[in-house]
Amino acid sequence: MLHDLFSFVRGPMVWIAFTVFTVGSLYRLISMWRLAKKKDSVIFNYFSIFFAIRSIGHWILPFAGVNMRKHPAMTVVAFLFHGCLFAVPIFLSAHVILFKESWNISWWWMPDMAADIMAMIVIGCCLFFLGRRIFLKEVRYLTSVSDYLILAAVAVPFISGVWAYHQWAAFQAALVIHIVSGEIMLMIIPFTKLSHMLFAPFTRGYMGSEFGGVRNSKDW
Amino acid sequence: MTKQSPANIATIPDEGVDKGGQRLTPEQVTRVIRRMFEEEGGARLKIYIETCVHCGLCSDACHFYLSNNKDPKFSPAGKVKQTLGIIIQKKGRVSIDFIKKASEIAFTECNLCKRCVMYCPFGIDIAYLMLFMRRICHKLGVVPQYIQDTAHSHSVTMNQMWVKEDEWIDTLQWQEDEARDEIENLRIPLEKEGAEIFYSVIGPEPKFRAQLIYQTAVIMNVAGMDWTMPATPGWDNSDMCMYTGDDEMAARLKKVHFEAAMRLKTKRIVMGECGHAFRSVYDVGNRHLGWKMSPLPLIHAIEFYYELFRDKKLRVKQKYDIPVTLHDPCNVVRGGGLHELARYVINETCSRFVEMHPNREHNYCCAAGGGVINCGPPYSKKRVIGNKVKADQLADAKARGAKIIIAPCHNCHAGLEDIVKYYDLDMEIKFLGDIIYECIDKT
Repeated sequence: MLHDLFSFVRGPMVWIAFTVFTVGSLYRLISMWRLAKKKDSVIFNYFSIFFAIRSIGHWILPFAGVNMRKHPAMTVVAFLFHGCLFAVPIFLSAHVILFKESWNISWWWMPDMAADIMAMIVIGCCLFFLGRRIFLKEVRYLTSVSDYLILAAVAVPFISGVWAYHQWAAFQAALVIHIVSGEIMLMIIPFTKLSHMLFAPFTRGYMGSEFGGVRNSKDW
Repeated sequence: MTKQSPANIATIPDEGVDKGGQRLTPEQVTRVIRRMFEEEGGARLKIYIETCVHCGLCSDACHFYLSNNKDPKFSPAGKVKQTLGIIIQKKGRVSIDFIKKASEIAFTECNLCKRCVMYCPFGIDIAYLMLFMRRICHKLGVVPQYIQDTAHSHSVTMNQMWVKEDEWIDTLQWQEDEARDEIENLRIPLEKEGAEIFYSVIGPEPKFRAQLIYQTAVIMNVAGMDWTMPATPGWDNSDMCMYTGDDEMAARLKKVHFEAAMRLKTKRIVMGECGHAFRSVYDVGNRHLGWKMSPLPLIHAIEFYYELFRDKKLRVKQKYDIPVTLHDPCNVVRGGGLHELARYVINETCSRFVEMHPNREHNYCCAAGGGVINCGPPYSKKRVIGNKVKADQLADAKARGAKIIIAPCHNCHAGLEDIVKYYDLDMEIKFLGDIIYECIDKT
């Protein structure tokens, strides 16, 4: 039973997840682009690559903006979180090997020890975010059930991944949970608040263009 | 002094909002909201709402939040949650009472100052969202009475203060007469075709700050500028319709303004010391009319004064010696980048300058702008309580010696006056023009 399930999530489900993620992301980007063309043509008139990059540059450099300096813990956590969130799944040896076995392509992978630590960092960061949602009143006020679910959707693949890697109790089940939850996370990116992965460069870039090109001022 | 949080005050009674609400049915509310989303809600609205991850990092940007004991209802994202957030959640099926409350939030708890844009990692434009809410209120006819009256004045007279055409001309001639006692043969040239400068002001200047027109006339004459003002509508560059959500009227107003300048074949527009008018002419009204930037060169008074000193058109007789501080108005600083030029002018004219902190793009808003002060007396207490952080900032500048606050914006001026009074700060507020007028060599 577990074996059948494993074969499914390890096989067809991966295809489904990557397809939903890729097609979904393209769909969201293209449909948003078309909507913007129709209703927000102003964006295209004022968008400036130079000022967009200037703004994005300041926001992807830790502590480059005033608000990042005002919240040092959040800044450190947010950068660690996003860095590890991307690096671990892409450069984990186990994942690279899966690609190698399936498509005979491979790339650099990181030592397992490093991946293990980074995965734990992601989990720690998720706990930090959870703490913010529970204990900071300005965050709690904005938080709804979906915000907790999204956080869980990101945390579970890492928790189960670490679990499976260390072969703790019932690690085979943990492995299935790891794969399924990872696939779910991938699939919901285009359709939930995780879509900030797709859209944040555009919102930041547009605001950078308005501030730089029209307002002659900084937006960080 | 009571420091009661406005959050504890029930919805403030406002005749415009109450009567507007009485005329509505819930079906109308839903229909209008849905139509607004369908017709005007585009990619920006969708992305801003969808990508906000509710991190709360925008909170510290907002003076209302900081001043109200960090009550999350006043955080930028908190205000979106209470207004458009619920509308989207309920698919437009909201009650009339909800709209009334949403109107109060959008019109009187956000100055559209865009400070939060610099605090949101994604650059989500909360001011855009609040304006979207305001436009829904405008379409439903649920707008605070005082600002709606101003918008009515705009639509009837093309100025903000119900100033009639003859009153306008009369005021200019009166100020010209007065100023001739000081400077012989001084002129306020009306309708001068081909003049280099088209000078425009906001409605309140002829209405109750006519001395500002006097001062400008003196500055223009001393500097030997070739300038004019129109005798027709179009002299008023202000725009409250931009803030009530009446975009159509906002466009009409700017059209009349630009056309007056073009009819007189002037080379450029110079505006008085007003922030919202600058936003309207430089950034918003032109877009409504389909112009990427304004159709003829346009500068704010700060830039104009800067030019006059840079080109040695004005000479300082004696520098202003009372210590001054500068309030950076959102619309000309965060909206126009004129902060360094303002400091240049201050350095030219004042001997002692004290910076307030934070400053430049990060300065705290006056809480008057964005049409909030124009919503009138019902909300004034909420407005000053909602900007205690500004009072603290001013008190800090005062502790370091500042006695005068320079605020090159009308709304800031009025808002800061209320704050100084309410918090017993005992500071005086001046325009840059006041200082320049006082210290230049007029011979």
